[in-house]
Amino acid sequence: MSATLPTSPQPGERTRLGALADWIDARFPMTRLWKEHASEYYAPKNFNFWYYFGVIASVVLVLQIVTGIFLTMNYKPSATDAFASVEYIMRDVPWGWLIRYMHSTGASAFFIVIYLHMFRGLMYGSFKNPRELVWIFGMLIYLCLMAEAFFGYLLPWGNMSYWGAQVIVSLFGAIPGIGESLVEWIRGDYYISDITLNRFFALHVVALPIALIFLVIAHILALHEVGSNNPDGVEIKKVKGPDGHPVDGIPFHPYYTVHDTVAVVVFFAIFAAVMFFAPTMGGYFLEHANFEPADPLRTPEEIAPVWYFTPFYAILRAVPNKLLGVVLMGIAVLAFFFVPWLDRSRVKSIRYRGWLYRGFLIAFAISFVALGYLGLHKATPAYTNAARVFAVVYFAFFVLMPWYTKADQTKPVPERVTYHAH
Amino acid sequence: MSEGAKVETVDSGRRHFLVVATTVTGVAGAALTAVPFLASWKPSARAQALGAPVEADISKIEPGAMIKVNWRGQAIYIVHRTPEMRAELTKPELTSRLRDPESKESDQPKYAQNATRALNPEFLVLIGVCTHLGCAPLNRFQPADPELGADWPGGFYCPCHGSRFDLAGRVFKDVPAPLNLKVPPYRFINEGLVQIGVDAEVT
Repeated sequence: MSATLPTSPQPGERTRLGALADWIDARFPMTRLWKEHASEYYAPKNFNFWYYFGVIASVVLVLQIVTGIFLTMNYKPSATDAFASVEYIMRDVPWGWLIRYMHSTGASAFFIVIYLHMFRGLMYGSFKNPRELVWIFGMLIYLCLMAEAFFGYLLPWGNMSYWGAQVIVSLFGAIPGIGESLVEWIRGDYYISDITLNRFFALHVVALPIALIFLVIAHILALHEVGSNNPDGVEIKKVKGPDGHPVDGIPFHPYYTVHDTVAVVVFFAIFAAVMFFAPTMGGYFLEHANFEPADPLRTPEEIAPVWYFTPFYAILRAVPNKLLGVVLMGIAVLAFFFVPWLDRSRVKSIRYRGWLYRGFLIAFAISFVALGYLGLHKATPAYTNAARVFAVVYFAFFVLMPWYTKADQTKPVPERVTYHAH
Repeated sequence: MSEGAKVETVDSGRRHFLVVATTVTGVAGAALTAVPFLASWKPSARAQALGAPVEADISKIEPGAMIKVNWRGQAIYIVHRTPEMRAELTKPELTSRLRDPESKESDQPKYAQNATRALNPEFLVLIGVCTHLGCAPLNRFQPADPELGADWPGGFYCPCHGSRFDLAGRVFKDVPAPLNLKVPPYRFINEGLVQIGVDAEVT
């Protein structure tokens, strides 16, 4: 900084830049916000690999917003033009293919990162008192993200977009009494039409991004209010030094900003590799049937949602009753909200929990991945039965949680975080 | 007593009343304001006009064949059923495997709530939208279809989630679809012309 100034400041003398900062601080809490959320936000010093995903998620959010803004400059949200305008972006707009692949790869990357971020929370008990609201805001972000992904998937107006939207909108038809009229209200027509596409576009580019940004701010504010959890599940605020700061905490800036920059660079390297060499990921990130325009009179041979919805989709298919299937699928998503109150354990981190919780968490993670796999494939009787087994394990994780977290043999939690300097 | 010497007290009863009254009025106003926004999501006048009835020429459908017409963006299936196909519909081996063989819970006009689910048993008119989640069922009219098993009597098969329907659009047991395929309102203008979207006048 001193290099940019004509003379180095004498002690007690304010630089011009400092004077500008003072001028702003008298009118806007710039320095205070910077201190509270960065230079004097004390984060536990024992963060491990799993703590990268929050920062990476916010980087992906920025990427999605920026690429999304540039896509809207050439995209046309109408049934006659949408498919062609996406092809136009891919072929004729300079670098349009790159911007679109960033956005489509970003969508899948977002879910990979968020699922790992959520799994981290389940491992280290980051949802437990006093972080229940951090968790709930996070879950609301996840719901928003699912809606965002669903609305966005209709926009290219490919045949899979079309029929995927048809299937998901029809889910609301299962609600007794009002179902049919609700579906008609969501579509704004008697079928998924230009009208539906236009309103999904509005929700995707305006309404949900605004909600998402507010929720992310709330998530971070709630986190900074209570402080970050860590792999030991120890509250670092309990042991403070003479300066009033947690002994096991280090300022987020510069320590974690530098630390996370490395992770972001590694993430972008992997991201770029996927984007350049496998943007469709063999039909998992962009499904093959979506490379032909929407046809309301012809269903693709097999309708499968994009991979990040398939665990829930497999649960829906596994239930032979329509209403019950929809209800169970909804519960499968909403169950996460109740985890802070379902968990009765006195310890947070999996490091000090017993094998009951570890076993259930591993079984849950396996079921989630297995359901995701089954949801991508045709529902043969063997696959449907497998999906039923995994769905039972999935729900057992939540339903039995009050019991097994209480019965678990926990180990004593240390007073301070365990940390070995490199 | 002068104005300034008045003892300042809070009339909390009055304050409470005003808070409640303002809140209730405000909420009611907000709710009323939401009405036009929510109602703007209903099918527009243009969408309703485009949902007008359509006509289909059925005189050229070969026996055993099916045509699709577009009504309100939905595929309407019209099947010319052969006498063998019609004979199949009332066999107890088939009806015992159906969830709603008499179409009691399913959605169809009164004049199609019969053994063949049709005005004229020869022609089946259905909305080609699976009652599970809205996919388009495929016509698999050949009995004992290799993919659907030796006991398959011929009918419709939904590729999305494996729901099965017979040649009257009636749903089989143990599949995800809860109800028979819907029958749209329709009428015969003459022997070879059917109109979808208008109810038949049945005496």
